Amino acid sequence: MRPAGRGELDSLYFTYPHFPAPVRTPGPETRRPVVIAGAGPVGMTAALTLAQYGIRSLLLDRKDTFNDGSRAICISRSSYYILERLGALQPFLDKALGWTRGRSFYRGRQILEFDMPDSADEKFRPMYNLQQQYIEAFLWQAVTANPLIETRWQSEVTGISEEPQGVTLTVSDPGGSYALPAQWVLAADGARSAIRQMRGLRLQGENYEGRYVIADVQMAHDYPTIRRALFDPVSRPGGTVLIHRQPDNIWRIDYQLRDDESAEEATREENVRAAVAAVLAEIGQDSPWQLEWWSVYSANTLALEDYRDGRVIFVGDSAHIVPIFGVRGLNNGLADAQNIGWKLAFVLTGQAGEALIDSYTPERRGATLDVFANAGKSTRFMTPPDAGWRLMRDAALSLALTRSSAGRLANPRQMTPYTYAASPATASDDPAFSDGPIPGALMPDVALETGFLSDRMGPGFTLLRFGAGAAACDDPALTLVDLPADGPVGRAYGARPGTAYLIRPDLHIAGRWHQADATTLCQTLNRLLARTEETTA
Amino acid sequence: MTDADLERLYEAMAETLGTLPRTDHALYLAKLALALAETLDDTPQALAVIAECRQGLLPEGAPA
Ligand SMILES: Cc1cc2nc3c(=O)[nH]c(=O)nc-3n(C[C@H](O)[C@H](O)[C@H](O)COP(=O)(O)OP(=O)(O)OC[C@H]3O[C@@H](n4cnc5c(N)ncnc54)[C@H](O)[C@@H]3O)c2cc1C
Repeated sequence: MRPAGRGELDSLYFTYPHFPAPVRTPGPETRRPVVIAGAGPVGMTAALTLAQYGIRSLLLDRKDTFNDGSRAICISRSSYYILERLGALQPFLDKALGWTRGRSFYRGRQILEFDMPDSADEKFRPMYNLQQQYIEAFLWQAVTANPLIETRWQSEVTGISEEPQGVTLTVSDPGGSYALPAQWVLAADGARSAIRQMRGLRLQGENYEGRYVIADVQMAHDYPTIRRALFDPVSRPGGTVLIHRQPDNIWRIDYQLRDDESAEEATREENVRAAVAAVLAEIGQDSPWQLEWWSVYSANTLALEDYRDGRVIFVGDSAHIVPIFGVRGLNNGLADAQNIGWKLAFVLTGQAGEALIDSYTPERRGATLDVFANAGKSTRFMTPPDAGWRLMRDAALSLALTRSSAGRLANPRQMTPYTYAASPATASDDPAFSDGPIPGALMPDVALETGFLSDRMGPGFTLLRFGAGAAACDDPALTLVDLPADGPVGRAYGARPGTAYLIRPDLHIAGRWHQADATTLCQTLNRLLARTEETTA
Repeated sequence: MTDADLERLYEAMAETLGTLPRTDHALYLAKLALALAETLDDTPQALAVIAECRQGLLPEGAPA
């Protein structure tokens, strides 16, 4: 929502583009390998991932511009790796504000300062703040520069039917309605997914208590990019407030609503202004500020039972809705898009069997369920459900003044990427290892003499071979990287001469062998990619 | 004590409070503190913790 007198897209700092309706050539449409419904951040990331492997796609969106408002603003380190692999990272690096530190305040007093894990071996900071419309604009730059992606704005999916060769969508645009056949459909059509409804599927899970107003203001405010959490602040007794800095002098104020405040009342402009003014007074902001945009958000944990329904695959918010505190909504969606993107591309280019697609749900739904498991804890901390939880929460906050152990209770759950340990696309671990990252984990990066280990990864799978003469496998999907067993990577990976790590295109570890042999390696790669005799290269 | 252990205790206390009427929360917590202090069996340390927990509960600048 925006202040009276300003339209939904009337931003103080961002000019929304207007995308015209598509000009279609008359006649039936050919069957596309992949049609993506929804050109939000997740749909665009899926299209870019497919294109990286040479797969054409058609992106459809019913709107004529980007999403309104700044919505998701925290991009995690793991998402930066995704953007980097898509060749889309530079504008993000130029614009976003990286941060590592959080400060918590209890009744106006700072009680805790924490730093998220960071070191010289990390290529990116743990988190970056950037408004969602910039995220979409920067992805869009990459999409328009890519000849393998066609986009049709003002094009709404209104029907769907399945036949043996694939799926046919009904698409409506200002020129009329038409049938669009596809081998595969990625439903990236957001939290209210029309495709999900048309397929008769429902999100399962819980709606938590605890609603937040998220408001953006523009102001000159002197404070570094540090996430501030105000517990039981003077400005909102009993509530919780979060403050984030964004580029362009925009500040995000999230504040919790009391149980007796209706969302409708709370989101009226004068009430938002009053609430924001109280918070700003508390943090010592005495110069003028302008209200940019606001919205209301609640803490749901909802997900589809299966992210795949035949040849329709759900990605991003259409598949899951997660609470705001873990900053996982957008980040998990980008990881979904990358995960299904490389797998579908491998299947469509004949480098993998179709069964590879079945690893998508356990991996990505697993990541969502992991968020849910932590969501209960962080929600209980941020918005205690009853007097007992509140009293203990407040006690932990107050005790954090003298004890760092109590401060750790107040620490927001770490945004560590999910480990795909139990997945058909991950091998079981070699018990000979005593340390190093396990199969399924996101590969830890390591600083090299120049650059980082991640810079050396190939477009498909990569085999890290430690020491001279380590085994390999002759496979077009594989890039070989030779490393000394006693160097910094060897140490971080618990390697000795002969050790090998197989890394997937999404930089998760597919398998590792303390003493690798070529036959096991090749067989594992074939098995993880669900290759049958026809697909084996 | 590990962070996980501390969290378990924190949760057990919160859940127990949830089973009691609000008006008894202070009574329960005082009883708990007294019992834990006795179980600790270290009077100087218990006295130090008793003083420590007062910190941060008074307005800033008030005599400690
Ligand atoms: C008001 C609001 C505030 C939010 N705040 C936060 C926040 O503070 N932090 C956070 O982490 N996350 C937040 N989120 C969530 C975050 O914005 C989403 O997780 C993220 O946008 C998901 O991206 P997506 O591409 O899956 O879906 P979306 O961004 O919703 O994109 C879906 C796209 O599909 C299109 N579409 C829908 N139906 C059709 C159809 N039938 N045919 C064609 N196209 C269609 C839509 O036009 C849209 O462009 C917020 C969301 C909202 C709505």
